[in-house]
Amino acid sequence: MTVPLLSARGLRLAFGGVKAADGIDLDVMPGEFLAIIGPNGAGKTTFINMTTGYLRPQAGAIEYEGQAILGLAPRAIVRRGIGRSFQLPQLFTEHTVLENAALAIAARAGIWSPLVPLLRPGYRRDAMALLARFGLEGVAEARADALNEGARKLADIAMAVALEPRLLLMDEPTSGVAASEKMGVVETLVRVLREAGVTAVFVEHDMEVVARFADRVAVWSQGRILTLGPPAAVLADPAVRREVIGIEAAAAHG
Amino acid sequence: MSRRAEALLALLGVAALIFTAWAAPWLRFVLTVALAKGLGVLGLLLLLRAGQVSFGHAMFLALGAYTVAFAAPSVPETLVLLPAAALLAGVAGLLIGLFVVRYRDIFFGMLNLALSMVFYSVLEKFYAVTKGTDGIRVPPLTIAGLEPVRETQEWVMFGLALGLALLCALGVRAYLASPMGQALAGIKTRETRLEFLGVPARRVLLFAYVLSATMGGAAGALIAMTSRHVTPQLAYWTSSGELIFIGILGGAGSALGPFLGAAAFELVRVYAAAAVADAWQMILGGVLLAVILFAPGGLIGILSGRAQQRPAGRA
Ligand SMILES: Nc1ncnc2c1ncn2[C@@H]1O[C@H](COP(=O)(O)OP(=O)(O)OP(=O)(O)O)[C@@H](O)[C@H]1O
Ligand SMILES: [Mg+2]
Repeated sequence: MTVPLLSARGLRLAFGGVKAADGIDLDVMPGEFLAIIGPNGAGKTTFINMTTGYLRPQAGAIEYEGQAILGLAPRAIVRRGIGRSFQLPQLFTEHTVLENAALAIAARAGIWSPLVPLLRPGYRRDAMALLARFGLEGVAEARADALNEGARKLADIAMAVALEPRLLLMDEPTSGVAASEKMGVVETLVRVLREAGVTAVFVEHDMEVVARFADRVAVWSQGRILTLGPPAAVLADPAVRREVIGIEAAAAHG
Repeated sequence: MSRRAEALLALLGVAALIFTAWAAPWLRFVLTVALAKGLGVLGLLLLLRAGQVSFGHAMFLALGAYTVAFAAPSVPETLVLLPAAALLAGVAGLLIGLFVVRYRDIFFGMLNLALSMVFYSVLEKFYAVTKGTDGIRVPPLTIAGLEPVRETQEWVMFGLALGLALLCALGVRAYLASPMGQALAGIKTRETRLEFLGVPARRVLLFAYVLSATMGGAAGALIAMTSRHVTPQLAYWTSSGELIFIGILGGAGSALGPFLGAAAFELVRVYAAAAVADAWQMILGGVLLAVILFAPGGLIGILSGRAQQRPAGRA
Protein backbone atom coordinates (compact mmCIF):
# COMPACT_ATOMS: atom_id res chain seq x y z
CA MET A 1 0.00 0.00 0.00
CA THR A 2 1.49 3.32 -1.04
CA VAL A 3 1.65 6.21 1.38
CA PRO A 4 -0.78 9.05 0.63
CA LEU A 5 0.71 12.33 -0.57
CA LEU A 6 -1.95 14.31 1.23
CA SER A 7 -3.99 13.08 4.13
CA ALA A 8 -6.88 15.01 5.69
CA ARG A 9 -8.61 13.81 8.86
CA GLY A 10 -11.76 15.05 10.54
CA LEU A 11 -11.71 18.56 9.05
CA ARG A 12 -14.46 20.73 10.44
CA LEU A 13 -15.28 24.33 9.71
CA ALA A 14 -18.57 26.15 10.15
CA PHE A 15 -19.46 29.68 9.08
CA GLY A 16 -22.20 30.65 11.49
CA GLY A 17 -24.68 27.81 11.10
CA VAL A 18 -23.32 26.67 7.72
CA LYS A 19 -21.15 23.57 7.98
CA ALA A 20 -18.73 24.03 5.09
CA ALA A 21 -16.65 21.08 6.34
CA ASP A 22 -18.31 18.54 8.57
CA GLY A 23 -15.77 15.80 9.15
CA ILE A 24 -13.74 15.49 5.95
CA ASP A 25 -11.42 12.44 5.69
CA LEU A 26 -9.51 12.16 2.44
CA ASP A 27 -6.29 10.57 1.21
CA VAL A 28 -4.76 11.72 -2.07
CA MET A 29 -2.45 9.11 -3.61
CA PRO A 30 0.74 10.06 -5.43
CA GLY A 31 0.24 10.38 -9.17
CA GLU A 32 -3.53 10.26 -9.19
CA PHE A 33 -6.06 12.71 -10.63
CA LEU A 34 -8.80 13.07 -8.08
CA ALA A 35 -11.98 14.88 -9.07
CA ILE A 36 -14.22 16.58 -6.52
CA ILE A 37 -17.84 16.97 -7.54
CA GLY A 38 -20.84 18.25 -5.65
CA PRO A 39 -23.55 20.91 -5.65
CA ASN A 40 -22.94 24.61 -5.08
CA GLY A 41 -22.12 25.41 -1.48
CA ALA A 42 -21.09 21.81 -0.69
CA GLY A 43 -17.72 22.95 0.65
CA LYS A 44 -15.42 22.04 -2.25
CA THR A 45 -13.60 25.37 -2.35
CA THR A 46 -13.49 25.37 1.44
CA PHE A 47 -11.54 22.11 1.33
CA ILE A 48 -8.99 23.65 -1.05
CA ASN A 49 -8.82 26.78 1.11
CA MET A 50 -8.11 24.72 4.21
CA THR A 51 -5.46 22.63 2.46
CA THR A 52 -3.64 25.68 1.14
CA GLY A 53 -3.63 27.58 4.43
CA TYR A 54 -6.15 30.20 3.32
CA LEU A 55 -8.73 29.06 5.88
CA ARG A 56 -8.02 27.33 9.15
CA PRO A 57 -10.33 24.45 10.12
CA GLN A 58 -11.81 24.46 13.63
CA ALA A 59 -10.87 20.80 14.07
CA GLY A 60 -8.94 18.11 12.23
CA ALA A 61 -5.50 17.52 10.81
CA ILE A 62 -3.81 17.70 7.40
CA GLU A 63 -0.57 15.96 6.58
CA TYR A 64 1.42 16.45 3.41
CA GLU A 65 4.27 14.02 2.71
CA GLY A 66 3.91 12.83 6.28
CA GLN A 67 4.21 16.28 7.86
CA ALA A 68 1.52 18.36 9.51
CA ILE A 69 0.81 21.51 7.50
CA LEU A 70 -2.15 22.87 9.42
CA GLY A 71 -1.54 26.38 10.67
CA LEU A 72 1.14 27.20 8.11
CA ALA A 73 0.71 30.37 6.04
CA PRO A 74 -0.28 29.92 2.38
CA ARG A 75 3.19 30.87 1.18
CA ALA A 76 4.84 28.33 3.51
CA ILE A 77 2.55 25.61 2.17
CA VAL A 78 3.29 26.64 -1.41
CA ARG A 79 6.99 26.34 -0.66
CA ARG A 80 6.47 22.76 0.49
CA GLY A 81 5.11 21.81 -2.92
CA ILE A 82 1.35 22.33 -2.91
CA GLY A 83 0.21 24.53 -5.79
CA ARG A 84 -3.18 26.01 -6.35
CA SER A 85 -5.25 27.55 -9.12
CA PHE A 86 -8.39 29.55 -8.64
CA GLN A 87 -12.07 29.45 -9.56
CA LEU A 88 -11.56 33.07 -10.67
CA PRO A 89 -8.07 33.24 -12.20
CA GLN A 90 -5.73 35.33 -10.08
CA LEU A 91 -3.46 36.98 -12.61
CA PHE A 92 -1.57 40.26 -12.36
CA THR A 93 -4.00 42.05 -14.64
CA GLU A 94 -1.81 45.03 -15.49
CA HIS A 95 1.11 42.81 -16.50
CA THR A 96 1.57 40.86 -19.71
CA VAL A 97 1.15 37.08 -19.73
CA LEU A 98 4.92 36.77 -20.14
CA GLU A 99 5.54 38.99 -17.11
CA ASN A 100 3.05 36.96 -15.10
CA ALA A 101 4.89 33.77 -16.01
CA ALA A 102 8.29 35.35 -15.38
CA LEU A 103 7.18 36.52 -11.93
CA ALA A 104 6.20 32.95 -11.11
CA ILE A 105 9.57 31.72 -12.36
CA ALA A 106 11.30 34.42 -10.31
CA ALA A 107 9.25 33.49 -7.26
CA ARG A 108 10.64 29.97 -7.40
CA ALA A 109 14.22 31.29 -7.51
CA GLY A 110 13.63 34.07 -4.95
CA ILE A 111 12.69 37.58 -5.98
CA TRP A 112 15.07 39.51 -3.75
CA SER A 113 17.41 40.93 -6.35
CA PRO A 114 16.42 44.57 -6.74
CA LEU A 115 18.70 45.54 -9.62
CA VAL A 116 18.44 42.81 -12.28
CA PRO A 117 15.40 43.11 -14.57
CA LEU A 118 12.59 40.57 -14.29
CA LEU A 119 12.74 39.91 -18.02
CA ARG A 120 16.42 38.93 -17.89
CA PRO A 121 17.29 36.40 -20.63
CA GLY A 122 17.14 33.36 -18.32
CA TYR A 123 13.73 34.16 -16.88
CA ARG A 124 12.35 35.20 -20.26
CA ARG A 125 13.44 31.89 -21.76
CA ASP A 126 12.00 29.85 -18.87
CA ALA A 127 8.77 31.84 -18.93
CA MET A 128 8.37 31.35 -22.68
CA ALA A 129 9.05 27.62 -22.27
CA LEU A 130 6.43 27.45 -19.52
CA LEU A 131 3.86 29.26 -21.68
CA ALA A 132 4.69 26.99 -24.63
CA ARG A 133 3.87 23.91 -22.55
CA PHE A 134 0.38 25.35 -22.12
CA GLY A 135 0.09 26.52 -25.73
CA LEU A 136 0.09 30.13 -24.57
CA GLU A 137 3.20 31.38 -26.38
CA GLY A 138 1.02 33.23 -28.90
CA VAL A 139 -0.46 35.50 -26.21
CA ALA A 140 2.80 36.07 -24.29
CA GLU A 141 2.82 39.80 -25.02
CA ALA A 142 -0.89 40.35 -24.38
CA ARG A 143 -2.04 41.90 -21.13
CA ALA A 144 -3.40 39.28 -18.77
CA ASP A 145 -6.81 40.94 -18.58
CA ALA A 146 -7.20 40.77 -22.36
CA LEU A 147 -7.26 36.94 -22.52
CA ASN A 148 -10.33 34.81 -23.05
CA GLU A 149 -11.45 32.64 -20.14
CA GLY A 150 -9.81 29.42 -21.36
CA ALA A 151 -6.43 31.09 -21.74
CA ARG A 152 -6.80 32.84 -18.37
CA LYS A 153 -7.48 29.53 -16.66
CA LEU A 154 -4.43 27.98 -18.31
CA ALA A 155 -2.24 30.97 -17.44
CA ASP A 156 -3.44 30.76 -13.84
CA ILE A 157 -2.52 27.07 -13.72
CA ALA A 158 0.79 27.74 -15.47
CA MET A 159 1.77 30.14 -12.68
CA ALA A 160 1.12 27.44 -10.12
CA VAL A 161 3.03 24.88 -12.19
CA ALA A 162 6.01 27.24 -12.46
CA LEU A 163 6.74 26.55 -8.81
CA GLU A 164 7.07 22.83 -9.62
CA PRO A 165 4.49 21.57 -7.14
CA ARG A 166 4.10 17.87 -6.45
CA LEU A 167 0.43 18.37 -5.63
CA LEU A 168 -1.81 20.80 -7.52
CA LEU A 169 -5.28 21.79 -6.33
CA MET A 170 -7.42 23.25 -9.10
CA ASP A 171 -10.73 24.92 -8.35
CA GLU A 172 -13.05 24.51 -11.33
CA PRO A 173 -10.44 24.70 -14.10
CA THR A 174 -13.15 24.71 -16.78
CA SER A 175 -15.87 26.91 -15.28
CA GLY A 176 -16.64 29.87 -17.49
CA VAL A 177 -14.73 28.36 -20.41
CA ALA A 178 -16.71 28.22 -23.65
CA ALA A 179 -18.03 24.72 -24.37
CA SER A 180 -16.07 24.54 -27.62
CA GLU A 181 -12.79 25.24 -25.80
CA LYS A 182 -13.39 23.14 -22.73
CA MET A 183 -11.97 19.78 -23.81
CA GLY A 184 -8.93 21.49 -25.35
CA VAL A 185 -8.19 23.27 -22.08
CA VAL A 186 -8.49 20.07 -20.04
CA GLU A 187 -6.43 18.03 -22.50
CA THR A 188 -3.69 20.63 -22.37
CA LEU A 189 -3.48 20.78 -18.64
CA VAL A 190 -3.73 17.02 -18.17
CA ARG A 191 -0.88 16.54 -20.64
CA VAL A 192 1.30 19.10 -18.83
CA LEU A 193 0.56 17.65 -15.40
CA ARG A 194 1.21 14.07 -16.53
CA GLU A 195 4.50 15.12 -18.14
CA ALA A 196 5.56 16.86 -14.94
CA GLY A 197 4.37 13.97 -12.76
CA VAL A 198 2.10 16.26 -10.73
CA THR A 199 -0.63 14.77 -8.57
CA ALA A 200 -3.86 16.70 -9.05
CA VAL A 201 -7.07 17.36 -7.20
CA PHE A 202 -9.65 19.26 -9.22
CA VAL A 203 -13.13 20.51 -8.56
CA GLU A 204 -15.27 19.95 -11.64
CA HIS A 205 -18.91 20.41 -12.59
CA ASP A 206 -18.67 18.82 -16.04
CA MET A 207 -19.30 15.06 -15.71
CA GLU A 208 -17.87 14.35 -19.16
CA VAL A 209 -14.54 15.84 -18.04
CA VAL A 210 -14.69 13.86 -14.81
CA ALA A 211 -15.45 10.60 -16.58
CA ARG A 212 -12.61 11.07 -19.05
CA PHE A 213 -9.82 12.37 -16.87
CA ALA A 214 -10.33 11.43 -13.22
CA ASP A 215 -8.79 8.33 -11.64
CA ARG A 216 -11.09 8.68 -8.65
CA VAL A 217 -14.07 10.86 -7.83
CA ALA A 218 -15.05 12.25 -4.43
CA VAL A 219 -18.63 13.39 -4.09
CA TRP A 220 -19.12 16.34 -1.74
CA SER A 221 -22.41 17.20 -0.10
CA GLN A 222 -23.08 19.60 2.77
CA GLY A 223 -19.53 19.52 4.04
CA ARG A 224 -19.18 15.74 3.90
CA ILE A 225 -17.85 13.18 1.44
CA LEU A 226 -20.82 11.18 0.21
CA THR A 227 -18.88 8.59 -1.81
CA LEU A 228 -15.42 8.09 -3.17
CA GLY A 229 -14.35 5.73 -5.93
CA PRO A 230 -13.60 5.18 -9.62
CA PRO A 231 -15.62 7.43 -11.95
CA ALA A 232 -17.56 4.65 -13.66
CA ALA A 233 -18.94 3.35 -10.38
CA VAL A 234 -19.50 6.74 -8.72
CA LEU A 235 -21.20 8.37 -11.70
CA ALA A 236 -23.50 5.35 -12.08
CA ASP A 237 -24.52 5.39 -8.41
CA PRO A 238 -28.25 6.23 -8.25
CA ALA A 239 -27.86 8.31 -5.07
CA VAL A 240 -25.13 10.39 -6.69
CA ARG A 241 -27.13 10.75 -9.87
CA ARG A 242 -30.12 11.94 -7.91
CA GLU A 243 -28.44 14.20 -5.38
CA VAL A 244 -25.55 15.65 -7.32
CA ILE A 245 -25.75 15.14 -11.03
CA GLY A 246 -29.51 15.67 -11.10
CA ILE A 247 -29.14 18.97 -9.33
CA GLU A 248 -26.28 19.96 -11.58
CA ALA A 249 -28.15 19.10 -14.74
CA ALA A 250 -31.11 21.12 -13.47
CA ALA A 251 -28.82 24.03 -12.57
CA ALA A 252 -27.12 23.86 -15.94
CA HIS A 253 -30.43 23.96 -17.77
CA GLY A 254 -32.08 26.49 -15.46
CA MET B 1 8.20 55.48 -22.56
CA SER B 2 11.01 53.93 -24.56
CA ARG B 3 14.47 53.71 -23.03
CA ARG B 4 15.91 56.11 -25.58
CA ALA B 5 13.19 58.70 -25.17
CA GLU B 6 13.62 58.54 -21.41
CA ALA B 7 17.41 58.87 -21.59
CA LEU B 8 17.09 61.77 -24.01
CA LEU B 9 14.57 63.50 -21.78
CA ALA B 10 16.84 63.02 -18.76
CA LEU B 11 19.80 64.49 -20.60
CA LEU B 12 17.76 67.47 -21.80
CA GLY B 13 16.42 67.98 -18.29
CA VAL B 14 19.88 67.95 -16.74
CA ALA B 15 21.16 70.39 -19.38
CA ALA B 16 18.19 72.71 -18.86
CA LEU B 17 18.63 72.65 -15.09
CA ILE B 18 22.35 73.40 -15.22
CA PHE B 19 21.84 76.13 -17.79
CA THR B 20 19.08 77.77 -15.73
CA ALA B 21 21.12 77.55 -12.54
CA TRP B 22 23.99 79.24 -14.34
CA ALA B 23 22.01 81.85 -16.28
CA ALA B 24 19.67 82.77 -13.41
CA PRO B 25 21.62 82.50 -10.15
CA TRP B 26 18.58 83.50 -8.08
CA LEU B 27 16.90 80.29 -9.28
CA ARG B 28 19.74 78.04 -8.11
CA PHE B 29 18.19 77.84 -4.67
CA VAL B 30 14.72 77.17 -6.09
CA LEU B 31 16.00 74.39 -8.36
CA THR B 32 17.98 72.74 -5.57
CA VAL B 33 14.87 72.60 -3.41
CA ALA B 34 12.90 71.33 -6.42
CA LEU B 35 15.37 68.49 -6.96
CA ALA B 36 15.20 67.61 -3.26
CA LYS B 37 11.40 67.55 -3.31
CA GLY B 38 11.52 65.47 -6.47
CA LEU B 39 13.60 62.97 -4.55
CA GLY B 40 10.93 62.83 -1.85
CA VAL B 41 8.20 62.39 -4.46
CA LEU B 42 10.21 59.60 -6.10
CA GLY B 43 9.82 57.70 -2.84
CA LEU B 44 6.10 58.31 -2.91
CA LEU B 45 6.00 56.93 -6.45
CA LEU B 46 7.36 53.61 -5.21
CA LEU B 47 4.41 53.21 -2.85
CA LEU B 48 2.06 54.30 -5.62
CA ARG B 49 3.29 51.34 -7.68
CA ALA B 50 1.74 49.12 -5.04
CA GLY B 51 -1.45 51.18 -5.27
CA GLN B 52 -0.77 52.82 -1.91
CA VAL B 53 -0.81 56.57 -1.25
CA SER B 54 0.89 57.88 1.87
CA PHE B 55 -0.74 61.07 3.14
CA GLY B 56 2.06 61.56 5.66
CA HIS B 57 5.23 61.11 3.69
CA ALA B 58 6.55 64.56 4.60
CA MET B 59 7.37 63.19 8.06
CA PHE B 60 10.43 61.50 6.59
CA LEU B 61 11.57 64.71 4.91
CA ALA B 62 11.08 66.55 8.20
CA LEU B 63 13.01 63.84 10.03
CA GLY B 64 15.92 64.22 7.63
CA ALA B 65 15.81 68.00 7.94
CA TYR B 66 15.71 67.98 11.74
CA THR B 67 18.53 65.44 11.85
CA VAL B 68 20.67 67.99 10.03
CA ALA B 69 19.49 70.84 12.27
CA PHE B 70 20.20 68.92 15.49
CA ALA B 71 23.52 67.38 14.46
CA ALA B 72 25.00 70.32 12.53
CA PRO B 73 26.36 72.21 15.59
CA SER B 74 28.48 69.21 16.60
CA VAL B 75 29.15 67.73 13.14
CA PRO B 76 28.99 70.57 10.59
CA GLU B 77 30.01 68.37 7.65
CA THR B 78 27.67 68.04 4.66
CA LEU B 79 29.03 64.69 3.52
CA VAL B 80 28.40 63.17 6.97
CA LEU B 81 25.05 64.79 7.70
CA LEU B 82 23.46 63.84 4.40
CA PRO B 83 23.97 60.06 4.67
CA ALA B 84 23.25 60.19 8.41
CA ALA B 85 19.86 61.83 7.78
CA ALA B 86 19.03 59.32 5.06
CA LEU B 87 20.03 56.42 7.30
CA LEU B 88 18.03 57.67 10.25
CA ALA B 89 14.95 58.17 8.07
CA GLY B 90 15.46 54.67 6.67
CA VAL B 91 15.54 53.18 10.17
CA ALA B 92 12.42 55.16 11.10
CA GLY B 93 10.85 53.88 7.86
CA LEU B 94 11.63 50.32 8.89
CA LEU B 95 10.04 50.73 12.32
CA ILE B 96 6.97 52.56 11.03
CA GLY B 97 6.82 50.30 7.98
CA LEU B 98 6.63 47.12 10.06
CA PHE B 99 3.36 48.55 11.33
CA VAL B 100 1.80 50.30 8.32
CA VAL B 101 2.49 47.67 5.62
CA ARG B 102 -0.16 45.52 7.28
CA TYR B 103 -2.76 47.97 6.00
CA ARG B 104 -3.99 48.90 2.55
CA ASP B 105 -5.62 51.75 0.74
CA ILE B 106 -7.38 54.37 2.87
CA PHE B 107 -6.11 52.77 6.10
CA PHE B 108 -2.54 52.86 4.84
CA GLY B 109 -2.90 56.48 3.78
CA MET B 110 -4.59 57.63 6.98
CA LEU B 111 -2.16 55.79 9.29
CA ASN B 112 0.71 57.57 7.61
CA LEU B 113 -1.15 60.86 7.99
CA ALA B 114 -1.80 60.20 11.67
CA LEU B 115 1.83 59.35 12.38
CA SER B 116 3.04 62.43 10.55
CA MET B 117 0.68 64.62 12.58
CA VAL B 118 1.99 63.08 15.79
CA PHE B 119 5.51 63.92 14.64
CA TYR B 120 4.40 67.45 13.73
CA SER B 121 2.95 67.96 17.21
CA VAL B 122 6.14 66.74 18.85
CA LEU B 123 8.17 69.20 16.78
CA GLU B 124 5.76 72.00 17.55
CA LYS B 125 5.10 71.42 21.26
CA PHE B 126 8.50 70.59 22.74
CA TYR B 127 9.78 74.12 22.47
CA ALA B 128 12.75 73.55 24.78
CA VAL B 129 14.21 71.04 22.35
CA THR B 130 12.82 72.00 18.95
CA LYS B 131 12.18 75.77 19.37
CA GLY B 132 8.58 75.05 18.29
CA THR B 133 7.22 76.93 15.30
CA ASP B 134 10.23 79.28 15.37
CA GLY B 135 12.26 76.38 14.05
CA ILE B 136 16.01 75.89 14.13
CA ARG B 137 18.67 77.70 12.13
CA VAL B 138 21.24 75.49 10.47
CA PRO B 139 24.81 76.83 10.93
CA PRO B 140 27.17 77.06 7.93
CA LEU B 141 28.40 73.60 6.93
CA THR B 142 31.71 72.38 5.60
CA ILE B 143 31.99 70.26 2.48
CA ALA B 144 34.70 67.60 2.68
CA GLY B 145 36.30 69.75 5.37
CA LEU B 146 36.35 72.91 3.25
CA GLU B 147 34.39 76.08 3.84
CA PRO B 148 33.57 77.35 0.35
CA VAL B 149 32.32 80.83 -0.39
CA ARG B 150 28.59 81.33 -0.76
CA GLU B 151 28.36 80.88 -4.51
CA THR B 152 30.47 77.72 -4.53
CA GLN B 153 28.40 76.44 -1.64
CA GLU B 154 25.24 76.98 -3.69
CA TRP B 155 26.72 75.14 -6.65
CA VAL B 156 27.83 72.26 -4.47
CA MET B 157 24.35 71.85 -2.98
CA PHE B 158 22.82 72.07 -6.44
CA GLY B 159 25.29 69.48 -7.73
CA LEU B 160 24.68 67.18 -4.77
CA ALA B 161 20.93 67.36 -5.28
CA LEU B 162 21.26 66.77 -9.02
CA GLY B 163 23.68 63.88 -8.58
CA LEU B 164 21.53 62.25 -5.95
CA ALA B 165 18.42 62.76 -8.08
CA LEU B 166 20.05 61.05 -11.06
CA LEU B 167 21.42 58.21 -8.97
CA CYS B 168 18.09 57.56 -7.28
CA ALA B 169 16.11 57.85 -10.52
CA LEU B 170 18.36 55.24 -12.12
CA GLY B 171 18.16 53.04 -9.04
CA VAL B 172 14.38 53.28 -8.84
CA ARG B 173 14.12 52.52 -12.53
CA ALA B 174 16.17 49.34 -12.15
CA TYR B 175 14.32 48.38 -8.97
CA LEU B 176 10.89 48.77 -10.56
CA ALA B 177 11.91 46.55 -13.51
CA SER B 178 13.29 43.85 -11.18
CA PRO B 179 11.28 40.93 -9.83
CA MET B 180 10.90 42.83 -6.55
CA GLY B 181 9.59 45.93 -8.29
CA GLN B 182 7.23 43.89 -10.44
CA ALA B 183 5.98 42.05 -7.36
CA LEU B 184 5.40 45.48 -5.82
CA ALA B 185 3.14 46.32 -8.76
CA GLY B 186 1.49 42.94 -8.21
CA ILE B 187 0.33 44.10 -4.77
CA LYS B 188 -1.87 46.59 -6.57
CA THR B 189 -3.60 44.04 -8.80
CA ARG B 190 -3.43 40.58 -7.15
CA GLU B 191 -1.95 40.37 -3.70
CA THR B 192 -3.44 36.88 -3.16
CA ARG B 193 -1.53 35.54 -6.10
CA LEU B 194 1.74 36.82 -4.64
CA GLU B 195 1.12 34.86 -1.46
CA PHE B 196 0.34 31.75 -3.49
CA LEU B 197 3.60 32.23 -5.38
CA GLY B 198 5.31 31.94 -2.01
CA VAL B 199 6.16 35.67 -2.00
CA PRO B 200 5.55 37.61 1.24
CA ALA B 201 3.70 40.69 -0.03
CA ARG B 202 4.22 42.65 3.18
CA ARG B 203 7.97 42.25 2.98
CA VAL B 204 7.89 43.41 -0.64
CA LEU B 205 5.99 46.54 0.42
CA LEU B 206 8.23 47.03 3.47
CA PHE B 207 11.32 47.12 1.27
CA ALA B 208 9.71 49.83 -0.86
CA TYR B 209 8.61 51.71 2.24
CA VAL B 210 12.11 51.76 3.73
CA LEU B 211 13.54 52.84 0.39
CA SER B 212 11.00 55.67 0.11
CA ALA B 213 11.67 56.79 3.69
CA THR B 214 15.42 56.82 3.03
CA MET B 215 15.01 58.96 -0.06
CA GLY B 216 12.66 61.20 1.95
CA GLY B 217 15.34 61.62 4.61
CA ALA B 218 17.96 62.57 2.04
CA ALA B 219 15.50 65.01 0.46
CA GLY B 220 14.80 66.63 3.83
CA ALA B 221 18.51 66.93 4.58
CA LEU B 222 19.08 68.69 1.25
CA ILE B 223 16.21 71.07 1.96
CA ALA B 224 17.59 71.88 5.44
CA MET B 225 21.10 72.45 4.07
CA THR B 226 19.81 74.68 1.28
CA SER B 227 17.25 76.74 3.18
CA ARG B 228 19.37 76.68 6.38
CA HIS B 229 16.21 76.80 8.47
CA VAL B 230 13.86 74.00 9.57
CA THR B 231 10.35 74.35 10.99
CA PRO B 232 7.58 71.89 11.95
CA GLN B 233 5.78 73.01 8.79
CA LEU B 234 7.98 70.48 6.98
CA ALA B 235 6.01 67.67 8.66
CA TYR B 236 2.58 69.30 8.42
CA TRP B 237 -0.07 67.50 6.37
CA THR B 238 -0.06 70.21 3.72
CA SER B 239 3.59 69.35 3.02
CA SER B 240 2.62 65.71 2.47
CA GLY B 241 -0.22 66.91 0.26
CA GLU B 242 2.26 68.98 -1.71
CA LEU B 243 4.34 65.87 -2.40
CA ILE B 244 1.27 64.05 -3.71
CA PHE B 245 0.36 67.11 -5.78
CA ILE B 246 3.83 67.13 -7.34
CA GLY B 247 3.57 63.40 -7.98
CA ILE B 248 0.32 63.80 -9.90
CA LEU B 249 1.57 66.89 -11.71
CA GLY B 250 4.79 65.19 -12.82
CA GLY B 251 3.26 61.80 -13.57
CA ALA B 252 4.01 58.36 -12.17
CA GLY B 253 4.89 56.71 -15.47
CA SER B 254 8.62 57.39 -15.23
CA ALA B 255 11.24 58.04 -12.56
CA LEU B 256 11.71 61.45 -14.23
CA GLY B 257 8.13 62.50 -13.48
CA PRO B 258 8.72 63.56 -9.87
CA PHE B 259 11.60 65.86 -10.82
CA LEU B 260 9.75 67.37 -13.73
CA GLY B 261 6.75 67.92 -11.48
CA ALA B 262 8.85 69.42 -8.69
CA ALA B 263 10.68 71.81 -11.02
CA ALA B 264 7.41 72.97 -12.58
CA PHE B 265 5.78 73.31 -9.16
CA GLU B 266 8.57 75.36 -7.60
CA LEU B 267 9.00 77.60 -10.64
CA VAL B 268 5.28 78.27 -10.93
CA ARG B 269 5.17 78.98 -7.22
CA VAL B 270 8.01 81.50 -7.39
CA TYR B 271 6.57 83.39 -10.35
CA ALA B 272 2.89 83.05 -9.49
CA ALA B 273 3.49 84.12 -5.90
CA ALA B 274 5.29 87.19 -7.15
CA ALA B 275 2.74 88.05 -9.82
CA VAL B 276 -0.55 87.22 -8.15
CA ALA B 277 0.20 86.70 -4.47
CA ASP B 278 -3.37 85.97 -3.37
CA ALA B 279 -4.45 83.83 -6.27
CA TRP B 280 -1.53 81.47 -6.35
CA GLN B 281 -3.26 78.60 -4.59
CA MET B 282 -6.17 78.98 -6.96
CA ILE B 283 -3.75 78.68 -9.87
CA LEU B 284 -2.31 75.50 -8.35
CA GLY B 285 -5.78 74.05 -7.90
CA GLY B 286 -6.65 74.89 -11.49
CA VAL B 287 -3.45 73.29 -12.79
CA LEU B 288 -4.09 70.13 -10.78
CA LEU B 289 -7.64 69.92 -12.08
CA ALA B 290 -6.44 70.35 -15.66
CA VAL B 291 -3.80 67.66 -15.23
CA ILE B 292 -6.25 65.16 -13.74
CA LEU B 293 -8.88 65.83 -16.39
CA PHE B 294 -6.77 66.21 -19.50
CA ALA B 295 -3.37 64.65 -18.81
CA PRO B 296 -3.70 61.86 -16.23
CA GLY B 297 -0.15 60.79 -17.15
CA GLY B 298 1.11 64.13 -15.84
CA LEU B 299 3.74 66.36 -17.45
CA ILE B 300 5.94 63.37 -18.20
CA GLY B 301 2.98 61.79 -19.96
CA ILE B 302 2.49 64.89 -22.10
CA LEU B 303 6.19 65.10 -22.98
CA SER B 304 6.41 61.45 -23.94
CA GLY B 305 2.91 61.52 -25.40
CA ARG B 306 3.82 60.45 -28.87
CA ALA B 307 6.26 57.80 -27.70
CA GLN B 308 3.58 56.41 -25.39
CA GLN B 309 0.72 56.51 -27.85
CA ARG B 310 2.37 54.16 -30.29
CA PRO B 311 2.73 51.06 -28.09
CA ALA B 312 -0.71 51.74 -26.58
CA GLY B 313 -2.22 51.88 -30.05
CA ARG B 314 -0.63 48.58 -30.95
CA ALA B 315 -1.88 46.68 -27.89
N1 LIG C 1 -15.16 32.88 3.99
C1 LIG C 1 -16.44 32.48 4.16
N2 LIG C 1 -17.24 33.15 5.02
C2 LIG C 1 -18.52 32.75 5.21
N3 LIG C 1 -19.09 31.71 4.59
C3 LIG C 1 -18.35 31.00 3.72
C4 LIG C 1 -16.98 31.36 3.45
N4 LIG C 1 -16.47 30.49 2.54
C5 LIG C 1 -17.48 29.63 2.26
N5 LIG C 1 -18.59 29.93 2.96
C6 LIG C 1 -19.86 29.19 2.92
O1 LIG C 1 -19.55 27.83 3.08
C7 LIG C 1 -20.32 27.02 2.20
C8 LIG C 1 -19.39 26.23 1.30
O2 LIG C 1 -18.78 27.14 0.38
P1 LIG C 1 -17.76 26.67 -0.74
O3 LIG C 1 -17.30 27.90 -1.43
O4 LIG C 1 -16.73 25.80 -0.15
O5 LIG C 1 -18.70 25.84 -1.70
P2 LIG C 1 -18.36 25.16 -3.10
O6 LIG C 1 -18.65 23.71 -2.95
O7 LIG C 1 -17.02 25.52 -3.55
O8 LIG C 1 -19.48 25.80 -4.01
P3 LIG C 1 -19.40 26.29 -5.55
O9 LIG C 1 -19.66 25.10 -6.40
O10 LIG C 1 -20.52 27.27 -5.64
O11 LIG C 1 -18.07 26.91 -5.79
C9 LIG C 1 -21.24 27.97 1.44
O12 LIG C 1 -22.49 27.98 2.09
C10 LIG C 1 -20.55 29.31 1.56
O13 LIG C 1 -21.50 30.35 1.55
MG1 LIG D 1 -16.24 26.66 -5.12
